[in-house]
Amino acid sequence: MITALYKRDVRLGFRAGGGAMIAVLFFMSVIIMMPFAVGPDLKLLAKLGPAFLWVGALLASLLGLERLFQADREDGSLDQFLLNAGLPELALMVFVKCLAHWTVTGLPLVLSVPMFGLFLNMEPMAVLATMATLAIGTPAIAFIGAVGAAAGVTLARGGLLVAIIVLPVIVPVLIFGVSAADAAVNQSQPFLAPFALLSALCLFFAVSGPFAAALFLKGLDE
Amino acid sequence: MFSTSLTVENLFASRGGFLLFENVSFALHAGEALRITGPNGSGKTTLLRCLAGFLRADKGTISSLADNAVYYLGHSNAMKPQLSVAENLTFWAEIEGSSHIDAALETLNLTRLKDLAFSVLSSGQKRRVAVARLLLAPRPVWLLDEPTVGLDMVSIAIFEAVLNQHLKAGGVVIAATHTPLGNTSWQSLDLQPVKA
Repeated sequence: MITALYKRDVRLGFRAGGGAMIAVLFFMSVIIMMPFAVGPDLKLLAKLGPAFLWVGALLASLLGLERLFQADREDGSLDQFLLNAGLPELALMVFVKCLAHWTVTGLPLVLSVPMFGLFLNMEPMAVLATMATLAIGTPAIAFIGAVGAAAGVTLARGGLLVAIIVLPVIVPVLIFGVSAADAAVNQSQPFLAPFALLSALCLFFAVSGPFAAALFLKGLDE
Repeated sequence: MFSTSLTVENLFASRGGFLLFENVSFALHAGEALRITGPNGSGKTTLLRCLAGFLRADKGTISSLADNAVYYLGHSNAMKPQLSVAENLTFWAEIEGSSHIDAALETLNLTRLKDLAFSVLSSGQKRRVAVARLLLAPRPVWLLDEPTVGLDMVSIAIFEAVLNQHLKAGGVVIAATHTPLGNTSWQSLDLQPVKA
């Protein structure tokens, strides 16, 4: 059942109108603009690189998030998931949908970092560290985002509202993500401590996010 | 064979602060069916959604002997327009823990259409795919909201045969419908607007 849902959502993401590449295209537009905005100071670009990549990836991850449950609600699939399902089953459904959403939008962001790192004059180590932190951080953003997406599922134009609801909760993820990625550039900073905290946040939201979203979805009709 | 029974006692429900129906009671046993009729807005869909567990009734009790045993066919077909008929049905079959869709396709004359995208089907064909979902795995209680919308005469006849098969196997059917459906052995419930 889990694999069926995962396969379907990934397949839908890559079909026409699924929005798989939208996040990467947005990410690209943000990163390409940075060297123009900062100017020709290569050292400064390399220093700010991890932060730029993180903010770009974060905003790109929020794109299309409000559609996570909306399409299923509109075509009646969500009713079928709610039918005969208790809270744990529903939370599992949300978890699987988050994983599929991440595979379609988050994973391409992580994989595109080496290319965009070049635009920002980043060292290979800094690129690797940013990739590692984003690989842990973008799933966390999806799990937090699911709560906002479930809360805003009935709103036809809820995209920005969902982003604003979830941003405050995402701030810690951004802080620990960027400080771990920075450690690769700035030797005086520790890498492991912020990276461990980032991983802990990801695990925490992987459990709590789907349950919170499932509660919202269950109370939808009332 | 299913051994199902569904009892509803003194059910009250409202939407948006308006009382839709009051004191609705009925009992269905294995092999029995109920037709719900009534004007638009009289609460047919609300009653079905209460029975499915999507909505909480204001008052009253719903008791069923069969747990985790409900199919709900709503106004929307629960199919993805981007996927083909076979892909859609295979997905729901896997969710139901089965993997055979051929018999369901055959019964509803959909075999020829199975590789078409769901979005290109006519509304009657779409409804037939939604009905085919009911046949993917055995579930004793079927809650059907306007199941025959868009179906032609031939398809309605096929659908009635499907319903009779289900009732013969000991299932229970509750259908909200404006078109005559089923036969005289069906119980009927006429919902009328509550006078304030």
